Amino acid sequence: MPSLGADMESATLTEWLVKPGDAVKRGGVVASVETAKGIIDIEIFDDGVIETLLVAPGTEVPVGTALARYRATGAGAAAEAKPAPAPPAATRPAPTSAAMPPAPAPPAPPAPPPRTTGSERQLASPAARRRATELGIDLATLGPRAGGAITLQDVEGAATARAAARPAAAPPTDMRGLIAQSMSRSKREIPHYYLANTIDMRKALGWIETRNAARPVTERLLSGVLIIKAVARALERFPELNGFWRNGRFEPAPAINVGTAIRLRQGGLVAPALLAANEHSLQDLMRAFQDVVQRARGGGLRSTELASATITVSSLGDGGVQTVFPIIHPPQVAIVGFGGIGVRPWCDAGGVVAAPVITATLSADHRVSDGYRGSAFLVAVGDWLQRPEAL
Amino acid sequence: MTETTRDTLRASVVEALLDVAPDVDAATLDPATPFRDQFDFDSMDQLNFVVGLHRRLGVDVPEADYPQLATLDGCVAYLRRALGTAGP
Repeated sequence: MPSLGADMESATLTEWLVKPGDAVKRGGVVASVETAKGIIDIEIFDDGVIETLLVAPGTEVPVGTALARYRATGAGAAAEAKPAPAPPAATRPAPTSAAMPPAPAPPAPPAPPPRTTGSERQLASPAARRRATELGIDLATLGPRAGGAITLQDVEGAATARAAARPAAAPPTDMRGLIAQSMSRSKREIPHYYLANTIDMRKALGWIETRNAARPVTERLLSGVLIIKAVARALERFPELNGFWRNGRFEPAPAINVGTAIRLRQGGLVAPALLAANEHSLQDLMRAFQDVVQRARGGGLRSTELASATITVSSLGDGGVQTVFPIIHPPQVAIVGFGGIGVRPWCDAGGVVAAPVITATLSADHRVSDGYRGSAFLVAVGDWLQRPEAL
Repeated sequence: MTETTRDTLRASVVEALLDVAPDVDAATLDPATPFRDQFDFDSMDQLNFVVGLHRRLGVDVPEADYPQLATLDGCVAYLRRALGTAGP
């Protein structure tokens, strides 16, 4: 059972999506588990063949418990069977059984595969690809097919199966408790400092409007995606805001995985990561964003998405208040907040105009960075939003 | 346009709405009150709703027309116009 966040201690296996003898590919979904954050898909970190399922559906097990054994067939595969999937941050030793060799030390999880480009390698008809995008289905989860390319029918079938299997995420029974635990720890341990800056959104919104007007509804961008990309690009120059505080020291992260706070309809929120957000085109990021919101609200978030955010963006959206003062999600060291976009007085070329503006805030960990650098970072975010075409 | 078509359109709109917001109770939905005032409906929901309408009815609603889709009645009136000029 992998850890899906520092605050997770156990989870209930709800369903196996593989059986002994099945070949699995790295990044493939092998099981789903129920946590306080809803139903999450568990991915495998290696190519291999499933040998034994060790945990029955309906069983609650602690983080670190071996769920299954598989024989690795990928590069550098050892001949012996390994417990799978490898827990990225096991906090408890896996219980051993007579049938199992002592569990080897869990290997470090490899860099997560790029989210939006992963499905490009999958052979699929254009109609299937288009439909999969509309439905938010990752083609990689459907194939590979023995008979060749994935067809439209395959995609529709998968959508129906998914809807039948998970009509909605199970109500998170302890979402509030989870938030309380994480936020209390943050307020207790992290010396926050807070900064705010108002950003002119005329260029960004004008650019989106022109761009969207020329495109079909399936290719339209939301301003929220520009904001996420601006944060990700700005972070390239501020590594001290992107990473984790662990064991009394800062560990900068090698990739910029932006956790995106998503409000759930049944209450509470989750913040799955948009992986390598600085490297994807706005269109790809938009697709990934739509997909992750849909899965956060409908069930089916993946384990890597919940465990890999290196910073979080909390955006209140339109119609909300001007300013949010967010609380850092440990073990991260910074969170960027955005209030609603509103039309307010703005000084421009010696005059005052009515302009759409947004207030960006930064809450950051003083053990790692100072207000001077934080300030430069927020200014950089604003600068990126003045050059939307370059994002 | 017949009453049947109007009802069909209304049903399609409600379907698209339920896809986006499964917590909505179609029976108690007020057709004249903006969606935003009746349940959680953010910009992502708005976009997915318009994508759903496009998928069901083939109508590509420009962003500038989103305000006309604020209520159930508004949606039906807008779609009648859009489909009426677009074809049979």
